[in-house]
Formats: sequence, structure tokens, C-alpha cells
Amino acid sequence: MMVGIVIVSHSAKIAEGICDLARQMGREGQIILPAGGMPDGGIGTDAMLIYKSLIDADDGDGVIVLADLGSAVLSTETAFEFLCEEQRSRVAIADAPVVEGAILATVQASVGAALPEVMEAAISARELKKV
Amino acid sequence: MANCLIAAVEAIGAAIASNKEVLTSLDAAIGDADHGINMARGFQAVSGKLSTLAQTADAATVLKTVGMTLITTVGGASGPLYGTAFLRAAAAGQGKNTLSPSDVGNMLAAAIAGIKERGKAVRGEKTMLDALEPAYEAFKSAEQQGRSLVECLAAARESALDGVMFTKSIIATKGRASYLGERSLGHQDPGATSAYLIIAALEEFCRSQEQREE
Repeated sequence: MMVGIVIVSHSAKIAEGICDLARQMGREGQIILPAGGMPDGGIGTDAMLIYKSLIDADDGDGVIVLADLGSAVLSTETAFEFLCEEQRSRVAIADAPVVEGAILATVQASVGAALPEVMEAAISARELKKV
Repeated sequence: MANCLIAAVEAIGAAIASNKEVLTSLDAAIGDADHGINMARGFQAVSGKLSTLAQTADAATVLKTVGMTLITTVGGASGPLYGTAFLRAAAAGQGKNTLSPSDVGNMLAAAIAGIKERGKAVRGEKTMLDALEPAYEAFKSAEQQGRSLVECLAAARESALDGVMFTKSIIATKGRASYLGERSLGHQDPGATSAYLIIAALEEFCRSQEQREE
């Protein structure tokens, strides 16, 4: 069992791209799911799409969400409201840069770490120096 | 009840549709230029959903349908924000088959509380709250003076418009516009504008209902 990861972006391409990138660092069977864009292919975030990804990504160890700008967070929190109380207690949004956070969370989750440690890893992405 | 409330929501949708370009151009100045398009798409979907509701549906069912539809179809931040607002108003209107000014005031208060909670925002940050909170205060004060629903909504609409104008004088600290910092000064907030349009549409709708009854 591993903590699931959901990538929320306004753009389906960004969400899928980040998942592709993160999966390279992950382990086989690790669940990393995109929830990007609107059902009609447009730019935006859809709370119901996020909700479905949260359900699909949770094998019992919980899910961590990495989100891009503003309404991605609002839609994710709205999606949380539709989860049953039990599952809601094991989902969380990482306040972290979406790409770097996704990679660090993936690596941490792949070694079987629990939700708080995966969260910590994602948040540590804020301190990453690139240059 | 359902008939009247559905017609009220249709009136809101019509106001949003006819101001789609205005909202989008306001959003183009300080946001991502999609507020009008998103809201119009959302209310169009709402209209489709409401047409499938039974005529006997209560206020809560109608408003819940509106909220869920906005959440899933709007796409921008206004989807979860207005969606949550309608869901909270639905909860406040649970079991009601007629709505007094006091009921409407309670629903408005619940809607605003939902928006604040979802957006983690307060008044003065250049958001829809800058129109909605003064509108609610004006509504409440008129309601406490025993005014009719139309009069309460008229007071709310006036204060909402003042609130919209006020957003020109402040810097955005929430939402996409906050990335612009000082450059958001002088621009009217699109979210506050759509909130004003919703209240104005409600007032106009209730006024037309009242005239029909006379």
C-alpha cells in the first residue's frame, strides 16, 4: 500500500505531464492520477473530476494532492466535501510547488511512507534551489 | 415554489448571459479573461438541469441543483465559490416552501459564510465579498425595518453597486488578480460585478412578480 497522489491543474496536459514525469520516479503499481481541465477539454478545474480521482487514488493509505493556481485549490477543497468522513480524514493538499512537490511526494510515497511524511516531503519542495 | 425559484435562477442566468462580454473584459484586465464565459456556461448548464426538476421541488432542492451544477461546470474559482454559496443557501432554505425576507436574509448570510470559508477571504481583498457583504448588511437592515422582499433586495443592490465601485480603489490580495499587485488598482473586480448582477437580477425578478400579483 502506498499513499496515492493526485495532480490538479487547470490544464489537462499539465496534470497528465506532471503525472508522466512523477511516475518515472515512482514504483510499479503506485497510483499517480491527473485531474486537470474541464470535461469539454477546456481550461479550468472540475471538483467532480477531482473527487473521482481522489476515490481512485485511495487504496486506504490516503491521498496527497498537488495543485496549481488558486481555483485548483478551491475545487480540491470542494471535492473533499463530497468524500465520506473516513476518507476525508486521509486526504490533504500540499502547499508546495506542483511539479517539484509531485516528484518529492512520489519518491517518499514509493518507499511506503505514511501520509504525514509524504506531505512533509512535498512541502520541502518549497526550499528546493534550482540555480 | 419550485416554479418561482427556478424562474428567479433563470433570470440570474439571463443577466449573466447578457453581461458575459462585460464580465470577461473586466477579467481580461486583472485576471484570466474567462469570468463571463465561465459563468455563462455554468448558468446555461443550470438551466438545463432545472428543467428536469419536478414542479413540486422545494427551495433546497432547486438551490442544491444550482450549486452542484455550478461546481462542475464553471471551471474557474467562481465555480466552487458560487457553487458553495448556493449549496449553503440550500441548507438554510431546507424544508421551506415560501420564503420570507428573513428567510432570504438567512440564506444570503449562509451563502456568504460559505464563500468566505471556501475562499479564505475577507472583505477588502477585491473579491465578490466586497459587493456581497455590504449588500447583506443593507438587506438585513431593511428587513429589520419590516420592508418587503423587493425593498430589501433594492437596498442590497444599491450597496452591492457601491461595493463594486469600491473594488476599483483597492489592490487585489486574493485570486489571480493578486499576481498583478498594484496593477490591479483602478480596475473593477469581475467577481464583485457578477455578485452585483445576481442581486440586481433577483430584485428585478421579484419586482416583476410583485407587479404581476397586483
